[in-house]
Amino acid sequence: MKKVTIKQRVIRAFVYFLLICITITTILPLYFVVIASFNPGNSLFSTKMFPETLTIKHYRDLFVEKDYALWYMNTLKIAVSSMVLTVILVIITSYTLSQFRFRGRKSGLMILLVITMFPGFMSMIAIYLLLLQVGLLDTHLGLILVYSGGNIAGFTWLVKGYFDGIPRSIPEAAKIDGAGNATVFTRIMLPISFPIITFVAVSSFIGPWMDFIFARLVLRTPSKKTLAIGLFEMVTGRQNTEFTMFAAGAILVALPVTILYMSLQKYLIQGLSEGASKI
Amino acid sequence: MKSNSKRACLLSVIFMGLGQLYNGQIVKGILFAAIELVFIVYLLPFIRYGLWGIFTLGETPQAFVDGKVVQGDHSIFLMVYGIIAIVLIFIFVILYYFNCQDAYKVGKLRDNHIQPNNFIKSLKLAGEKGFPYLMLLPSIFFVLFITVVPLIFGILVAFTNYSSPNHIPPRKLVDWVGFQTFVDLFTLSGYKETFFGVFGWTVIWAVLATVTTFFSGLIFAVILNSNGIRLKKFWRTVFILPWAVPGYISILVFRNIFNAQFGPLNNWLVSIGMNRIQWFGDPMWAKIVCLVVNLWLGFPYFMALMSGVLTGIPRDLYEAAEVEGANAIQKFFKITLPLVMFATAPLLIMSFAHNFNNFNLIHFLNSGGPVNTNYKYAGHTDILLSWIYKLTLEQNQFNKACAVSIIIFVIIATISIFNFRRTRSFKEEDMIQ
Repeated sequence: MKKVTIKQRVIRAFVYFLLICITITTILPLYFVVIASFNPGNSLFSTKMFPETLTIKHYRDLFVEKDYALWYMNTLKIAVSSMVLTVILVIITSYTLSQFRFRGRKSGLMILLVITMFPGFMSMIAIYLLLLQVGLLDTHLGLILVYSGGNIAGFTWLVKGYFDGIPRSIPEAAKIDGAGNATVFTRIMLPISFPIITFVAVSSFIGPWMDFIFARLVLRTPSKKTLAIGLFEMVTGRQNTEFTMFAAGAILVALPVTILYMSLQKYLIQGLSEGASKI
Repeated sequence: MKSNSKRACLLSVIFMGLGQLYNGQIVKGILFAAIELVFIVYLLPFIRYGLWGIFTLGETPQAFVDGKVVQGDHSIFLMVYGIIAIVLIFIFVILYYFNCQDAYKVGKLRDNHIQPNNFIKSLKLAGEKGFPYLMLLPSIFFVLFITVVPLIFGILVAFTNYSSPNHIPPRKLVDWVGFQTFVDLFTLSGYKETFFGVFGWTVIWAVLATVTTFFSGLIFAVILNSNGIRLKKFWRTVFILPWAVPGYISILVFRNIFNAQFGPLNNWLVSIGMNRIQWFGDPMWAKIVCLVVNLWLGFPYFMALMSGVLTGIPRDLYEAAEVEGANAIQKFFKITLPLVMFATAPLLIMSFAHNFNNFNLIHFLNSGGPVNTNYKYAGHTDILLSWIYKLTLEQNQFNKACAVSIIIFVIIATISIFNFRRTRSFKEEDMIQ
């Protein structure tokens, strides 16, 4: 063993000090929102970092005073539907663009790439008008279609890049062994591309929980509200008198999402980095 | 020698399906003819209306006759109809072209005395050849109506005067104005200052936000990957938390933590005998808070990413360096940093593009405030995208918002193309797998 010099000890102490500081800054805001949700008071001002008593009143109020359960169901419904639709559309599109050669393929890919570079707001007015025309304004279906349609361009490049990366010899070998097109697709290509599909599924599932802009644009009736709108309205008022209730609502959203992200960390980070290096 | 191919093609040019009938492909010919009939009978009136609409954007404004409102033309709806009409024409032209080409090809077969396919056979053939198109059909439909048509609409709006207070339908008409909106943006007093001011901050913000998250991520990745650090798994799990918690919620929580009047941070400052700080009231502090919150949110992603890169660096590189007598700092700057930069440079640029358009952070943290009195409808921390949001949803300055969007597109497209090229060259270099 090498002897640990004083200099090394100082460096090590400093590193641990740094790690502890960052841990505190990371945890503190999260602790704050958790403790706020159990705080007896209502407003931001009365929220204490170390309250004497804890209460679950705010969680109960969410369901009694607000339509929290309804918002949760609305959001869940929209999120699941747009996830399913996105995954199906993106897989079909990217598989076709990756494995087949046909006229218009290159220009199609170029169009998809160009689309992703425009700010999303630009399409807001026209989407509103189009939904109004076909009678889908203020419906969940309208919002689901907007989310799924908007997802195609971005994710297709990502998944196509992944399909491109699968060596051609693998499906070819399967075909020689007598597998049909469908078998090759379901038994070989889909399992290999599992990480990227997970990424697409989780991202498109999370989107509706977080999106505020399009939800507000499309949905008008209070009973159709999603969580993002409901939570935002609770906390942007002048007095912040509903802060603790917001905290409780936020915890109920953040908990499942955080667990999902933590457990799928590997796939999600890989997906993000793949996307950037392919486009 | 008579040329069936040319004759069939010519017939198909005159009316869809005629060439196919001439070639003896009855069912196919009837189908093509039916398409053209549907087009002429059902779609032509709409297309004419749409084209008239998009060229004139309406001619009769809303009027009051005997105290009653008489509806005029609604310019914006006319524009949407016009775009859909053009899309329909485009689809029809492709079908028409395909029809002529098909007639020509089958005619050519007949010239060479080959029996053309019957309907069942050509259907099978079309099924095989058209399979990719069939698969893409739903996506094409979606992308067309959810993104392409709305984007074209957005681009066109930039060239009109669609804005409050004088040109908002249905009360008033909207007109084409060419590049006037862009000229206004660059020259009109108020807008000029706002555009260049906001643009400047957007660039500064994007650079600082990217650099801070990138290097903090790198530092912690290096620390957590170095030997002799205990509880590695614990630190890593804690540090990844800000990435896993939904950003929208964290940002709203920070909005409250930094609340000047009621927020816990200022309460704490008061309790230790210091003055309250106007976190969102003072431009400088507001900018710093934006960067700090972004750092909190952004460093875990880079940390996790770089941990992967670091474990991929072969150990013998470091061992060789140690043999040569390199110290830790030299090892970092000569081995770790270049390799990490090499592997993550494209991500750095993507992150820049992301921050350039990081609407959520700016909007949810403090809505772009504090208000800047020299600016038109923008605050000190507003970036271009959040300014567009205000222009669109709060001020109804649609044409200006769309013009700024086009400028953002040009910037992002340039960055992406640059990045795309670099990524390619990276791959060819083959330095790190």
